[in-house]
Amino acid sequence: MAIKVKVVERPTDDVSYIRATLKGMALTAKHLFDVQGRVTTQYPEEKSPISPRWRGTHRMLTTETGKARCVACGLCPTVCPANCIKLVPGEDEEGNRYPLVFEIDEFRCIFCGFCQEVCPEEAIHVGRHYENAEYSREGFVYDLQRLMDQTHPVCEMWDPKDPKGE
Amino acid sequence: MSVVHGFPVLLQAADPNMPPVSGMVFFIFTIIKLVVIFTIYMVGVAMLTLAERKISAWIQDRHGPNRVGKGWLQPAADGLKNFMKEETMPAGVNKPLFVLAPILSFIPALTAWCVIPFGAPMPTRWGRIDMVVADLPIGFLFILAITSLGVYGIVLAGWSSNNKYALLGGLRSSAQMVSYEIAMGMSTIPILLLAGNVSLNSIINQQAWGGWNVVNLTVAFFIFMVAAFAETNRLPFDLPEAETELVAGYHTEYSAMKFSLFFIAEYANMVTASALMATLFFGGWDVPFTARDNIGPFSKWLSLLSIGIFLAKILFFVFVFMWVRWTLPRFRYDQLMSLGWKFMLPLALVYIVLIASVMLGLSAAGIPEGGWYTAILGSINLGVMILLFAILDRGRIISPAYGRMHPREVERLRQLDKQLEKRHPIATEGGR
Repeated sequence: MAIKVKVVERPTDDVSYIRATLKGMALTAKHLFDVQGRVTTQYPEEKSPISPRWRGTHRMLTTETGKARCVACGLCPTVCPANCIKLVPGEDEEGNRYPLVFEIDEFRCIFCGFCQEVCPEEAIHVGRHYENAEYSREGFVYDLQRLMDQTHPVCEMWDPKDPKGE
Repeated sequence: MSVVHGFPVLLQAADPNMPPVSGMVFFIFTIIKLVVIFTIYMVGVAMLTLAERKISAWIQDRHGPNRVGKGWLQPAADGLKNFMKEETMPAGVNKPLFVLAPILSFIPALTAWCVIPFGAPMPTRWGRIDMVVADLPIGFLFILAITSLGVYGIVLAGWSSNNKYALLGGLRSSAQMVSYEIAMGMSTIPILLLAGNVSLNSIINQQAWGGWNVVNLTVAFFIFMVAAFAETNRLPFDLPEAETELVAGYHTEYSAMKFSLFFIAEYANMVTASALMATLFFGGWDVPFTARDNIGPFSKWLSLLSIGIFLAKILFFVFVFMWVRWTLPRFRYDQLMSLGWKFMLPLALVYIVLIASVMLGLSAAGIPEGGWYTAILGSINLGVMILLFAILDRGRIISPAYGRMHPREVERLRQLDKQLEKRHPIATEGGR
């Protein structure tokens, strides 16, 4: 059985091979010498800007004395939909509550940012950060000290009064 | 092109005071030439893989490899990787042929080079050294014979792999290369008619005083170029390894250095085809706009200059190969066959008859080879070019997904188009 070829009827004047080829080669040549037009971002050296509302790995803000701002109120583990925050509250001699254990499993986290939204002390934040390589799964469970040691900028939450972030 | 000075002289007789080297000196110099050419050739082929990646990147508005030694060491890194990789031997392969196939496609690609003259003869204190490894009197026929052997490697690779994709690739390549070889051979007959000899040196010499063949025989050049693309399996003729249809075609089952040999063979073939185009149509090592390089007395500097010129011509054609590859899409199989058999072969045959009759007419009119001869041949050629590429290029040269149409049918379609535009202005917008 012969192969059936669909014949598309086109006006003969519009049909060429050689002229069309030359046209195409002129186009590629234009791009070949267009040094300014090369668009690749040279990633490790230069990074694309990310949104101020980017929600990445967490950061715990600290007070002037270098302690975590967290008062172990328990709102963030309650609101967390992925159940990734482990919090054991403690209390010192003056009756101030502080977290004995504060761990975030970044593998479980879905980076919804509810923890930052719900925090009354503005202690826990999601960060503007995305380079999170580790050698083990355990490395992704960030404890309190690690969360405090992070230095990357934090996410700016969406403001209903300024919905476009202007 | 060189201006004519005096009568044509064969290169060998150009400098009577300087006999060619012989005996032991000849042997030693041949070995030196072999080693030097092989080294430059292999390094050059490695660098061409880098060039290909860079050019493709630039055409696609990317930067290309720029990490390993600013990109310059990328070929070395690739080579190292290929040496380290595992040599896979799939179940059911025909082992001897599976191992033989890469070798068979690699060797002809290199062998063809030994008859291509790459520079003006160099005088030394021992005598004249021809800048060609083996100055065969049948140089051109040797190249045609050797390059056509390359198809064995591909077909054997396809067959011995025990893989249906590889087999399809091998089948396609055999059909393609056999078809285009005919057109390629036919397109070179006008050159042989002009040169009166199949020795590559005499072809170069003829062009040096008679004008480059690309001016006199442009149609033959185009046929040769298209056939060369098909012979080297480069896009738009890369059906044997069509990635989108056949995984990787004939080298699907190959890995490590065996795959690398196919890869090197492809680039080596490309360089050989470029060198052939430069030799047959662009005057070989002939330095443009001079005549001294062809009639002597030769000097070392002149020899080096002509080698440089030849290299520049080769690199230009290699660039064209890459440029075309990253511009054009692949042909469909039936288009490939119809272009080869229905268009290029008849065109080449008609062109042979045309050139032969023009030459006969000119010699009957008693016009000596040289200025007027070249001018008349060139102007006839120009007419054929205009006829082919401007008037006939209306869906007749290559008929892709459509056939020729009757003017009445065209008119009907246009009327239909207008009616549609009136009825649904949005639906037809941008359709034309």
